[in-house]
Amino acid sequence: MQEWASQLCENRQFGSKMTDSKYFTTTKKGEIFELKAELNSDKKEKKKEAVKKVIASMTVGKDVSALFPDVVNCMQTDNLELKKLVYLYLMNYAKSQPDMAIMAVNTFVKDCEDPNPLIRALAVRTMGCIRVDKITEYLCEPLRKCLKDEDPYVRKTAAVCVAKLHDINAQLVEDQGFLDTLKDLISDSNPMVVANAVAALSEIAESHPNSNLLDLNPQTINKLLTALNECTEWGQIFILDCLANYTPRDDRESQSICERVTPRLSHANSAVVLSAVKVLMKFMEMLPKDLDYYGTLLKKLAPPLVTLLSAEPELQYVALRNINLIVQRRPEILKHEMKVFFVKYNDPIYVKLEKLDIMIRLASQANIAQVLAELKEYATEVDVDFVRKAVRAIGRCAIKVEQSAERCVSTLLDLIQTKVNYVVQEAIVVIKDIFRKYPNKYESVIATLCENLDSLDEPEARAAMIWIVGEYAERIDNADELLESFLEGFHDESTQVQLQLLTAIVKLFLKKPTETQELVQQVLSLATQDSDNPDLRDRGYIYWRLLSTDPVAAKEVVLAEKPLISEETDLIEPTLLEELICHIGTLASVYHKPPSAFVEGSRGVQHKRLPGSAGSGESVESPDTGSAAGVSDAPPAVIPSQGDLLGDLLNLDLTPPATTGPPPPATSGMQLGAMDLLGGGLDSLMGDESEPLGGDLGGSSAMGAGFGAPPAAPAASFSAPVSGGLDDLFDLGGGVGMPMGAYSPPKTVWLPAMKGKGLEISGTFARRAGVIQMEMTLTNKAMSVMTDFAIQFNRNSFGLAPAGPLQVLTPLSPNQSIEVTLPLNTVGPVMKMDPLNNLQVAVKNNIDVFYFSCQYPISMLFVEDGKMERQVFLATWKDISNDNEAQFQIKDCHLSSDAASNKLQGSNIFTIAKRTVDGQDMLYQSTKLSNGIWVLAELRVQTGNPTFTVSLAQQTVWSNHCSDCAANY
Amino acid sequence: MINSLFLISHSGDIFLEKHWKSVISRSVCDYFLEAKEKAGDPENVAPVLQTPHHYLISIYRGKLFFLSVTQTEVPPLFVIEFLHRVADTFQDYFGDCSEVVIKENTVTVYELLEEMLDNGFPLATESNVLKEMIRPPTILRSVVNTLTGGSNVGGTLPTGQLSNVPWRRAGVKYTNNEAYFDVIEEIDAILDKSGTTVFAEIQGVVEACVKLTGMPDLTLSFMNPRLLDDVSFHPCVRFKRWESERVLSFIPPDGNFRLMSYHVSSQNLVAIPVYVKQNISFLETGSCGRLDITIGPKQTMGKSVENLTVTIPMPKSVLSVNLTATQGTYTFDLTTKVVLWDVGKLNPQKLPNLRGSISIQTGSPKPEENPSINIGLQIQQLAISGLKVSRLDMYGEKYKPFKGVKYVTKAGKFQVRT
Repeated sequence: MQEWASQLCENRQFGSKMTDSKYFTTTKKGEIFELKAELNSDKKEKKKEAVKKVIASMTVGKDVSALFPDVVNCMQTDNLELKKLVYLYLMNYAKSQPDMAIMAVNTFVKDCEDPNPLIRALAVRTMGCIRVDKITEYLCEPLRKCLKDEDPYVRKTAAVCVAKLHDINAQLVEDQGFLDTLKDLISDSNPMVVANAVAALSEIAESHPNSNLLDLNPQTINKLLTALNECTEWGQIFILDCLANYTPRDDRESQSICERVTPRLSHANSAVVLSAVKVLMKFMEMLPKDLDYYGTLLKKLAPPLVTLLSAEPELQYVALRNINLIVQRRPEILKHEMKVFFVKYNDPIYVKLEKLDIMIRLASQANIAQVLAELKEYATEVDVDFVRKAVRAIGRCAIKVEQSAERCVSTLLDLIQTKVNYVVQEAIVVIKDIFRKYPNKYESVIATLCENLDSLDEPEARAAMIWIVGEYAERIDNADELLESFLEGFHDESTQVQLQLLTAIVKLFLKKPTETQELVQQVLSLATQDSDNPDLRDRGYIYWRLLSTDPVAAKEVVLAEKPLISEETDLIEPTLLEELICHIGTLASVYHKPPSAFVEGSRGVQHKRLPGSAGSGESVESPDTGSAAGVSDAPPAVIPSQGDLLGDLLNLDLTPPATTGPPPPATSGMQLGAMDLLGGGLDSLMGDESEPLGGDLGGSSAMGAGFGAPPAAPAASFSAPVSGGLDDLFDLGGGVGMPMGAYSPPKTVWLPAMKGKGLEISGTFARRAGVIQMEMTLTNKAMSVMTDFAIQFNRNSFGLAPAGPLQVLTPLSPNQSIEVTLPLNTVGPVMKMDPLNNLQVAVKNNIDVFYFSCQYPISMLFVEDGKMERQVFLATWKDISNDNEAQFQIKDCHLSSDAASNKLQGSNIFTIAKRTVDGQDMLYQSTKLSNGIWVLAELRVQTGNPTFTVSLAQQTVWSNHCSDCAANY
Repeated sequence: MINSLFLISHSGDIFLEKHWKSVISRSVCDYFLEAKEKAGDPENVAPVLQTPHHYLISIYRGKLFFLSVTQTEVPPLFVIEFLHRVADTFQDYFGDCSEVVIKENTVTVYELLEEMLDNGFPLATESNVLKEMIRPPTILRSVVNTLTGGSNVGGTLPTGQLSNVPWRRAGVKYTNNEAYFDVIEEIDAILDKSGTTVFAEIQGVVEACVKLTGMPDLTLSFMNPRLLDDVSFHPCVRFKRWESERVLSFIPPDGNFRLMSYHVSSQNLVAIPVYVKQNISFLETGSCGRLDITIGPKQTMGKSVENLTVTIPMPKSVLSVNLTATQGTYTFDLTTKVVLWDVGKLNPQKLPNLRGSISIQTGSPKPEENPSINIGLQIQQLAISGLKVSRLDMYGEKYKPFKGVKYVTKAGKFQVRT
């Protein structure tokens, strides 16, 4: 009775303050002591309240570990809440009190046998969370039982427990055979158990990249797909992520998986949606593009991605980072959805910036007006970072969509008129880029830019402005004054500005030497004598020396034509993009870095790759084959760097230089070259393991076509014009003074001294006495002697190869030139080039190896026995189908038909017959190429009319191309 | 998977931590607090941060940061979704998700977190299941518990967790069987200066309140389901039926839940219910400006527009405004510089107008940016997309339930540029 009363009293006390916040009020010193007393109370209720107080202290980070024995004493209870609370406490503090924790083991083991599955599961789950070795030893037996428990709730809890145990003691898990049991659970009848087993295995596999734990085969895939439909949303994420690692055997399997995954796109949980997108994006690679299903799938992907953008901002951010990857890989999916990326003013800044980025990626001629209007709107927003990025975006649009450049420039000018400081500066920086992309087009705006010179205070903008002034010094009347004004505070400028100023003044001097001598001396002395920045000093010295020794060379170096700026400098490099596509929805996709670059302890994280298209084997001839490479072959780098040239020489240009590593020597590149016939880019898609396959395919097709004759090339290349040589050859009028014999174009510079480290090579080709010759002039424009010359060709369309070594016997001293004639033969390895008559050459000397490419006139391949029999000609002419005929006109050719005929004969184009119809002379001609292909031509000459009409016909489809060249005569 | 969770108040105070694997020192939050400092506005903190050894993934809800720490490669969306689910659960249990409420219920919060995640893997996140295991605190239950020594932790295995319908508990009984559906649509739109629609789309949801005895199997069909561009369903909806017949067939969870959400995209024509005639201008000199806004009905389908509000975040240099509203009242918040005009019901005969002058701090230049106008409104008994429920059928149970459908259209992110 008395007890009842006291309890009632206590209750009133509790009742007055019903919430847990009361537990926070005890901060006095004797608190632990008080709690200890309460924990040891024999009243259940008091005990529970005390444990609650302990837990509350624990949650806010207070140290209540001193109460360990007292709390553990409360464990043996049939009150489930109390039990759970004690477990919570144990999990937190067992590590600091391992000896004490042992006291709890017995209770755990007993609970694992409890008839109530909830208790069994709770016990095994808690034991796994206690990271004490002594406890884990006792865990093995109960865990083994629970993994085979009759109740799925216990099994699924036990599955996760294996992952926990593995985290604590991996060896133990392997020794005890838990991994195998776990693998068996993938075939469990309960979908939740399957999902948890997959999750546990995936986590374990992450620390064992090569363990092949998740051995996926069609049977397990089928089980996973079944479980996918029935398990919880979280389980679906685990299963989908696991599915994404599987590589289907063929396109049919790929399609059937896609079909079963597609319903997940309608899930309310965005993580499920994105994981499903990952699976689909990956498996889609295997589907043939012409399949109806492929198109359906593309259409199905857009709406869920758009819907992700209406979720909470954090979800939007992750979705946007991933969409950024998706639009780079498959721009067609979202090309009509530009508007959903329009920025709302109250979007968080991180969402705004991402949206902007995607807007530019989706910008095209069709929607550019809309995009520009939006960007202009954004440029008046409050957030400075965002405004800057919007202005930059306008510049990127100009560079990306050529048709819009003019509009972009005028938008930028409007923005400059606002005089908002950071807008103006940003605009000037992007206008500089626009100048680099479209030189000599928008210089009229320079005047406006110059007006804002004084307001520029950021280094990047100042440097950009200085670059513009230097580059267009000849058109700016007061360029010297402008640059001089910058020079005053030279030492206070940042390095970027100093370097730019130095270069700009040197440019100015070279353009207007008379009035700027003083200025250039001033800047050179500032850079070399008064600066302690080695970069600046070195550049200063180089200019100084150049200017003092050879102003002409200086002009060539400093005012050399600059390569155009690349269209999409910010595109993710294709192989990385492929890897990231495989990681959609992960942290890697948010950082846009491969997991190996940042995941800790990822000793051997496998680089995932997209599967190759299954149809590629059959469709070798189709020009579409390469379209799986989509992005990878779309943007060829516009700025040729040394690496690119190297790539070109080996015809690897579709494989990004960064990943090819050191390119193999040209002679061993047969396989790679053969690959190129298949449309290129395949190798980068298929990955290493499939490379031999592709190589074999290509190799055999090349062999089948015979070595001497080039294999059939895709029809698409027919239109490739051989413009340069053509025009030269047509210069018939000018060629009057030339001796009878094969036409030989004048020498052109193949390798400028700037790229050849002082070695300049100019040259041409000729056919003399049935021998093809390469005539070169080597000039040493460097300061040192050059020796040890050698030459090598890359494989080419007609198998051209040097017939002997390069005859440069004496060392080439500075400023000396030498004429070299290199005989060629046509028995080298064959590979189709584009243009057809392109030849890639490597020249070596004691300094370095240099690469360049040149084009030879097809005419030098016309052999001397190219005269066909009349009858044969007639028959062949008839046989040739219209498809293989080409007709065009030669203008301004003031020659009679006879003179033309003679001239052509000199180039081994023989006149078979001549007849005159309606005042027109018709010449029928034949010629034969070094690889045995005949080209027939009909030349119509109207007396007094300088225009010749030429019809050409060949036996093979291929040779259409060279007919163009034959026409030159 | 998810290693630890920290709850941080918007002022940067870490007031709760929970670890599912080994304990991670709360000093890891310093990276986050640094980023928060840099971002200024708490809404602008990037949700995914990288530190030398951990990844921090966070959400900002109810002036609280839910910050989770992971050590391995984890799908960030998974974590973010989970964190939102945690916040939803708190909201569900305690009626609010704020620092005060969480502190008042720490032990329950702790128990919940323990049930929701095991070793970083989600365990039970369905509110139905959780409520079977941990009963939400109510004053009455606390009194009863203290009197009887009972607990608010359920002693039995939550049945829903393993059945094929994990979202529904067994043995549901009601005396009044009822099923109500609310079709709620929000218009997200951007209108430009001249009133032309730059972008507009409709986000819709079907919220359900189902209190039916037993295991009812429901079928909900629409008059015009083809309207919907993209749909996301509650896991209970049978996707196959939707694909083939465009009906929603499902065994409903008990109580309130979101049956589906949908999206009518910018490809379709979206009706804009009101037009806004506005003129906000700042004079080059004289540190003042003028504001004149009129709102009128546009495509309201004959329904009246209610709860009309206009929010204008003014540039920071604005000192005060002196306006007159022909209808409703307006306020100007001096700290946030936001003009809020509460119009009320839109009267098509007498269009509401707000006009007057704006004064700017003397000496500060003319504001560079133009404020956007945010419109809030509500239209009862109308789904602006035109979506209509045609019928609801019930199978599997004998009784006749009460059924009802309600429509409402609201303005979502409805912005007018000036």
